[in-house]
Order: sequence, then C-alpha cells, then structure tokens
Amino acid sequence: MIKSNLLICLIRTLQSIGRRTIDRLWRLGAGARLFLLTIIYSGESFRRFHLTIREIYSTGVMSLLIVVVSAFFVGMVLALQGYYTLQKYGSSEAIGVLVALSLLRELGPVVTALLFAGRAGTAITAEIGLMKATEQLSAMEMMAVSPIARVVAPRFWAGVISMPLLALLFSMVGILGGYIVAVPLIGVDEGAFWSQMQANVDIREDIINGVIKSIVFGVACTMIALFEGFDAPPTAEGVSRATTRTVVTSSLAVLGLDFVLTSFMLAV
Amino acid sequence: MTTNIVEIDNLSFGYKGKLLHKGINMVFPRGKVVAIMGGSGSGKTTLLRLIGGQIKPSEGEVRVDGKVVHEQDRHGIYKLRRKMGMLFQHGALFTDLSVFENVAFPIREHTDLPESMIKDLVLMKLNAVGLRGAHALMPAELSGGMARRVALARAVALDPDIIMYDEPFAGLDPISMGVICDLIRSLNDALGATSIIVTHDVEETFSFADYVYFVANGEVAAEGTPQDLLQSELPFVHQFVHAEKDGPVPFHYAAADYRSELSL
Repeated sequence: MIKSNLLICLIRTLQSIGRRTIDRLWRLGAGARLFLLTIIYSGESFRRFHLTIREIYSTGVMSLLIVVVSAFFVGMVLALQGYYTLQKYGSSEAIGVLVALSLLRELGPVVTALLFAGRAGTAITAEIGLMKATEQLSAMEMMAVSPIARVVAPRFWAGVISMPLLALLFSMVGILGGYIVAVPLIGVDEGAFWSQMQANVDIREDIINGVIKSIVFGVACTMIALFEGFDAPPTAEGVSRATTRTVVTSSLAVLGLDFVLTSFMLAV
Repeated sequence: MTTNIVEIDNLSFGYKGKLLHKGINMVFPRGKVVAIMGGSGSGKTTLLRLIGGQIKPSEGEVRVDGKVVHEQDRHGIYKLRRKMGMLFQHGALFTDLSVFENVAFPIREHTDLPESMIKDLVLMKLNAVGLRGAHALMPAELSGGMARRVALARAVALDPDIIMYDEPFAGLDPISMGVICDLIRSLNDALGATSIIVTHDVEETFSFADYVYFVANGEVAAEGTPQDLLQSELPFVHQFVHAEKDGPVPFHYAAADYRSELSL
C-alpha cells in the first residue's frame, strides 16, 4: 500500500516536471518565433520611423532620470570603496582607472539593463498585456494591421537603440560621480585621476565591448518584455504575473548573458 | 458577385476537446442586417472570429465574398479583412490615441491620402455617429456609449462591405442603446453594407434586424424573420424571446446531486 502510494507520488512528480519542461520549451519556441517575426516586420516599422521615435521617448528618455541618478551614486560609491582599498597599497591615483573600467566594462551595461528591465520593461509588458486584454490587438488584426509591425517592432527597436545610449550615459555620469568623490572630497590628484584613466582605458577593449554588451542586453530585455506582454493571459492577474516575470527573467538573462559575453571577450 | 456576402457551411469548431459549434449553416445576404442570437457562452463571438479568419474551423468552411477564409494566406486574409469592419464589445479603442486618431487609424494604415482629406473623412465619420465635437478627446474621457460610437466610426472608416458587431448593446443605458440601434440600421443602408450582429438583446434586435439566427448547444436552433420568431412555438425560442428563467436552457449548471453534495 505504502509502496504503491510512493510510486504514484513519484509518477506525479515526474509528470509535473515533464509538463513544466514542455511548457518552458514551448514558451522559448514561441518567444523565438515572435523574435523572428519582429525582425521580418521591422521593415514596415522602419518605413514609419516616427513610431519608433515615439517609443524611444517613452522607453529611453523616460528612463533617463533613474539611470542618471543611479549612475551618480554608483560612481561615488565605487570611488569611496576603491580609494579605501587602493590607498593601502599606495596607489590611490589609480582610482580613476578603477572607476572608469568598472563602469565601462561591467556596471554600466549591467546596471543599466537591470534598471531598464524594471523601468521600461515592465511598462512595455503591462501596456501590451492590457492592449491584449482590452482587445486592442484583436481590433488591429481585424483592421488588417499586424500588431507585430505596429506595436511590437517599434518598441523592440526603441529598446535596442536606447539601451547602449543609456549605458554610455550611465558610465559617463558614474565617472563624474567618482571624480567628485575622489578629487574634491578625498583629495586625489586631478591630473593623475584623468591621465591614468586616459592611458589605461582602451576604446575597443573597454568601450566598444561595453557597447556590444548593452546592445545584446537591449535585445534580450526588450524581447522578454514584449513576449511576456504578448503572451499574458488577458486578465488582471495574468498581466500582473507577466510583469513580474519580465523583471525576473530579464534580470537573470542579463546576468547570465553578461558572464557568457565577458568570458568570450576576455578570451579573444 | 455572389448574392450572399458571407456563407457558413457545415461549420464545426472546438478547442480543448470541447466542441463549441456542431455543423452550423448560415447565410448573410448582401445589404441585410442579420442577427446571431443565443445565450452567453454559446459561441456567438467565436463565429465572428471565424468569419474574420482569426481562428480556423475544425470542419466545414466560412466563405466571404466567395473565398474560403481559412484557405487564405496571411496576405489573402488581410485583403478580406479590409472589406470588414468590426465593432468590439467594449469598443477596443486605442487608449494612447485621441478619438480623431482612432478613426484615422485604418485610413492612415491602408491609404496614402493627404492629411486634409483624412481630416475631412474622419470628421464625416464622426459626424455620422454624432461625435464630431468630441474629436479631440482621449478614449479615457468618453462614456461607454460614446466609446462604442467612436469605435463604430472607426469600424466604418474605410466603408466596409461587412460590418460585424459584437454585443453592441452590452452595458449601455436605454438612450445610448436606441442611438446604436438607429446607427446600425442607418449606416448599413447608407453604406450598402451587410451587418452581422451578435447579441442577446431580443427587443432591440427584433426592432431592426431583417433575419435572425438562434444558436444553442452549438447548433442553429431556429432561424427566421423577427415576426416568425416571435410567434415561434419552439420551446427554446419561446424561453429566450420571452425571457423565461427555466426551460430547455436550465437555470442550473450541470452538477452532482444536490442532496448528496450537502451530505443529507
């Protein structure tokens, strides 16, 4: 009796693991399909670029405040922590390099992507989910207008264009924050701060690699947000769950992709 | 040119193993206002989606203007849909666009008309539904009845051959209801279009429809002109037309025995 109960329990567990795996795989496939369709329909949305510009405003420009403020504080903290450690070895002039490299290589792209997922990604998911729930996407379909061309593609390109710009801005403001703490407040030599940075930051290795990262994060975050919105069940609960999933999946995807990209970039 | 602009032939549709429609036959002659009636959940709205090609039938076919809808590729379906206008149950207005831009949407998407002509067309459509003065408002500022009328102006923006209405009277006050009734008839006749109305409001529909189909249990339970149906002795039609609580359509959803469920 106990044995058969155990067997049933085991079978049920296996079944539920199987079901979840199939469900995840199905969603991955549906996401990939949406991505392909978005690329295919991009031509139409490029022809009417004003749609993309409008989305750049609502995803990119509206994210400026949170990005700039966060960058400023991150830069200041980096300088504080960096100085604390570097001065033990008597190399506190290297603080400019430390701040710049940390921001350009890692923190700029990664933190911007995380903030973007929270600020713009959730907005995209909720908007598209609600458009679906209120039959706006259906209405578009019935008017012989593809929602992928009209709604999804402009938002996708807006995200992909905004992300690297935001990340660069993050690094710039971060460096400024680091400068304010290091030079006027702590009293590190200004010339050493900038000249060491200039000598040790490489355009291709550091800046361009950072930009490449943020473009990849832009594709991932925006696509995840769009897919979750498009795939959300048309109910209040469905949209709220989809919004949560956007943040969780985007954050994990950004951190995972960051590791993969960094290992490739360092290996080359 | 076929006499019937839409023909539904032996159509079956089901999902998740449940059959919603079982062998439905309907015709929609050009120029007529035809209503599809039936209880909630009888698959009326699904019929509109099948006509619009948003879903595919399990069996049988829907022909629009002589073309089988589910055999069309994406391009073909979009071409057919340009002949259709659809009014959704809650209007489905684009909340980020103004009333004017909502009505201009299909015109901008499908034509290259100059801005001045788009403006005239939109104002004419809005005037037809009595809301020219509301063109600058946003959808959130409209009442339910006004939103429905703007959606109607949008549905007829490109002068469609077929206008489909999904529950056009749901949740409206009596005045708005009367307005929508008049608009359905007058737009149909002015545009020379064919209207397909999905609804469960007997009184309003019978006042202006040319022909009515009753759908129950996935089949066409009765059909005829409103006069025929009012006199019908069929138990289902009688129950529906006279709004009786119990009859062939039971009050209770199928359940286990009441006494045993309460452990009596």
